Amino acid sequence: MAEVDFNWMAGGPQGSGVDTAANIFGRACGYGGLYVYGRREYHSNIKGLHSYFHLRVSNHEVSANLNDVDLLAAFDAETVVRHIEEVVPGGGIIVDKDQLEIKTLTIQTLPPEFKSMFKNYLESKGLSDRLSDLLKDAEEKGIHIFQIPYMELLRQIASKLGIDKLSKIMRMINVLTVGISFGLVDYDVELVEKAVRTFFQEKPKIIEMNVVALKIAYDYAKKSFSNDFKHNLQKLPVKEERIFLSGNQAVAVGKVLGGCRIQTYYPITPAADESEYIEAHEVLKTEIPGMDAGVIVIQTEDEIAAINMASGAALTGTRAATSTSGPGFSLMVEGLSWAGNNEVPVVITYYQRGAPSTGLPTRHGQDDLRFAIHAGHGEFPRIVLASGDIKECFYDAITAFNYAERFQLPVIHLIDKALANSSQTFPLFETKEIKIQRGNILDEDKLKYFEYRRFSFTESGVSPRVFLGTKGGIHWYTGDEHNEFGHISEESFNRTKMMEKRMKKLEAVEIEVPISEKINFFGDKNAKNIIVSWGSPKGAIIESLYKLTKEGFSLSFLQVRMIHPLPSKHIAEFLQRAEKVIDVEMNYSGQLGGIIREKTGIPMDFQILKYNGRPMTTTEVYNALKPVLLNQAPKRQVLTFGS
Amino acid sequence: MALNWVDYKTDVFVDWCPGCGNFGILVALQMALAELGLEPHRVVLVSGIGCSGKVPHFVKVYGVHTLHGRTLPFAQGIKIANPDLEVIAIGGDGDGLGIGVGHLVNAGRRNLDITYLIHDNGVYGLTKGQVSPTLQRGLKVKAVPKPNINDAINPIILAIASGYTFVARAYAYDTSHLKEIIKQAIKHKGLALVDILQPCPTYNDINTKEWYSGEDRIDPKTGKPIPRLYKLEEVGYDPIVHNIDEELKKKIGAIEKAKEWGDRIPIGIFYKNELVPTFQERIIKRIPFYLNNPPAKQRINDKEDHPLTSIDDFLKELRIT
Ligand SMILES: Cc1ncc(C[n+]2csc(CCOP(=O)(O)OP(=O)(O)O)c2C)c(N)n1
Ligand code: SF4
Ligand SMILES: [Mg+2]
Repeated sequence: MAEVDFNWMAGGPQGSGVDTAANIFGRACGYGGLYVYGRREYHSNIKGLHSYFHLRVSNHEVSANLNDVDLLAAFDAETVVRHIEEVVPGGGIIVDKDQLEIKTLTIQTLPPEFKSMFKNYLESKGLSDRLSDLLKDAEEKGIHIFQIPYMELLRQIASKLGIDKLSKIMRMINVLTVGISFGLVDYDVELVEKAVRTFFQEKPKIIEMNVVALKIAYDYAKKSFSNDFKHNLQKLPVKEERIFLSGNQAVAVGKVLGGCRIQTYYPITPAADESEYIEAHEVLKTEIPGMDAGVIVIQTEDEIAAINMASGAALTGTRAATSTSGPGFSLMVEGLSWAGNNEVPVVITYYQRGAPSTGLPTRHGQDDLRFAIHAGHGEFPRIVLASGDIKECFYDAITAFNYAERFQLPVIHLIDKALANSSQTFPLFETKEIKIQRGNILDEDKLKYFEYRRFSFTESGVSPRVFLGTKGGIHWYTGDEHNEFGHISEESFNRTKMMEKRMKKLEAVEIEVPISEKINFFGDKNAKNIIVSWGSPKGAIIESLYKLTKEGFSLSFLQVRMIHPLPSKHIAEFLQRAEKVIDVEMNYSGQLGGIIREKTGIPMDFQILKYNGRPMTTTEVYNALKPVLLNQAPKRQVLTFGS
Repeated sequence: MALNWVDYKTDVFVDWCPGCGNFGILVALQMALAELGLEPHRVVLVSGIGCSGKVPHFVKVYGVHTLHGRTLPFAQGIKIANPDLEVIAIGGDGDGLGIGVGHLVNAGRRNLDITYLIHDNGVYGLTKGQVSPTLQRGLKVKAVPKPNINDAINPIILAIASGYTFVARAYAYDTSHLKEIIKQAIKHKGLALVDILQPCPTYNDINTKEWYSGEDRIDPKTGKPIPRLYKLEEVGYDPIVHNIDEELKKKIGAIEKAKEWGDRIPIGIFYKNELVPTFQERIIKRIPFYLNNPPAKQRINDKEDHPLTSIDDFLKELRIT
């Protein structure tokens, strides 16, 4: 099969429907049997500032972006300014013909620090700040400039629809550029129409408008530029069932399947979409005809309420979770400590984003690993589970509940903005093997014969659990140190025993959870060099790994999924064998590397780090790994790609 | 078998100071539970942190002693997950009106069918006597170096403004009246708040038992003290909103009553409105079978531990081929 690797980008002001365009584009490709990976970038702003969607289309599964853009669909001049350097020779830029004379340095939404950098760039190239000048320069590099009369096309659309005012359809620039794009690559327009119809199915009034816009734009591109563009997208035969979803959606569906019945949240990016998606589906069906189910999503007054409400619900035997990101998790910390002390099976889905403080509210980062592991006063057991891709987000959402209930402790499911807001196509997730493990629970019948103690001392540290409301099982919880019944106790000997009982559960996690659930290993077991990483860099790392292995380099990749308790013995076994250990992470200090060194004594030989708020691409991970393997790299490399 | 209040006692030593108003609250609560015939395993007492926070340990029902100020979030989580439970939240005045006041206000927006008892002693008991949000400005209590510089929050007015549908005040040492108020609060359909005036003999040397009884003002005619407290029900006050048109009028009347303080302090029910839908009723509108199969009772796995939930509706949207 011919290799397909086509990189499309749509950009424009926030509120102009970039996301919609990308969703339609991705779906349309997916309908045609192509694989898609796409990433959403946006400002912490509602309307006006720049946002874009970088989408990669392939004939095989893809799970990261490249630096390249093959076709840039620019809704406005700013998009051209920001992304022109990413467009590769042979690629193309779709641009509004009426905006060519815009002076780019006067664009109001470009911040001063960008303008002064861009001014230097223009001066170094001897270019004026007219957009047309910039585009001419690109053209000389072999980039096609597709000048499209946006207004003229909109007028045609308006007259076809019988609409008098252009302002009413200005929003359709997004679908217009989608139509142009697909016309240029000569893709099956019926699949695109299907995507438009599906996307707008809840709003029947605007379906037809968008279909008309799509077709006019598509025909225009075919008529005006046939054969101008070397890229061509053809549908592929596909038999299997596939889905197209984001990390937010994967977590939501996983949670619901895993039995989550109460979800609390206080709105925060990039976590809130998950809760809203669940709420939209609050009435659930089950496999048993006539058996109803429902999940209740509660928007609380703050994150303090969110975690404590979820903990309260968990005490009744409900699978309960809360979702947040850094600022919210900071507020949850006291509640986390309470849940640890009271052995509450509560799940916290933690979407990292650029920090500290509000940081980069809508941008990516893996800044909070150490925080997730250490947050909370005192020592108490918890599990920190980090998903590396959207598929793992789905399965880990279920596993998190299983661990929480089996070991009776809070579980932090760590994900990040890159996973939350990326979308990818997958073969339908396999669900037959999924198990729901609720741990040791006593019901009314079992309680008839003895006096129940909630925190009874046991071999494993896990005491049988009774839900609030069960007859014969009355017990108490308290944030104070407590005796087996759950009453306050400050007795020194009880304290020692109770601390040991709780902390012992981490040993149970080490023994009872198989290593296959804690780490993933890719590549040759005997490779000389090994990458360690966690979370969303996974996709870019694996793609780089395969490329470099093909080139003859000896390289493998250890992805750590359970970061606390760290499976340090196994990790050490892998790392000891390697000549070079290469730590790849999206933070400043190499947090996982530090933790591994603390627990195994093994230092990281090389660091590839990034903290500019934009996820790692395959291109830059590959470009950073290669010199390491060639003994030409500094110990610490900092990646900076992405606008 | 009918239960007696002593059946609701645990054998945990009650470690409050001698003479503490909390003793009266504890007994009144146990009596209320007994008289309502509530089975102990169906009751959950949720508390915050403070002297008041210890109550659950002394009562033989399910007890959840939580964090400072967080009694309401826990209580609401429990109630939403399992509406069959009788959930009673307990907290100090610092707990509910200081650190936890955001939860107090927002709980009013939900009107869950739970009961919230505030032990109002004017001080932070367990941290040794600092002023609490209900202490009047200018008063200096025993343990602090200077008079209180802040104005006081009026819990009754705040509760009414926040949407509580049952708002009452009672007195810790009038246990039979307090017990009746607690019973009514529990029976009320919706969110009930009871502000319980609770002398703290150790740290609040102003609002003492003697002060409430008026021992500083002897009636020259009878030679007896003139009590500061009087009961709303004895002066013909009607707290009930009978139809939705009189809601505002009743609220304003209740707020006016709640402003009385000092020489004459009303106790009893200030406001009661069962015409506002409870949170549970609101959920039923969206999830009709909620009460029959609430979150805590839903089966989520089969005998082989496979999930029972169907995600077909999600997949229908996510499927592309
Ligand atoms: C987050 C937090 N801050 C401070 C404290 C310390 N603390 C314990 S009890 C208390 C005040 C209790 O006062 P109140 O709520 O009025 O209860 P009372 O003891 O009077 O019944 C404080 C501040 C705490 N436990 N948690
Ligand atoms: S300090 Fe006050 S409130 Fe606390 S137990 Fe003593 S008397 Fe009661
Ligand atoms: Mg107090």
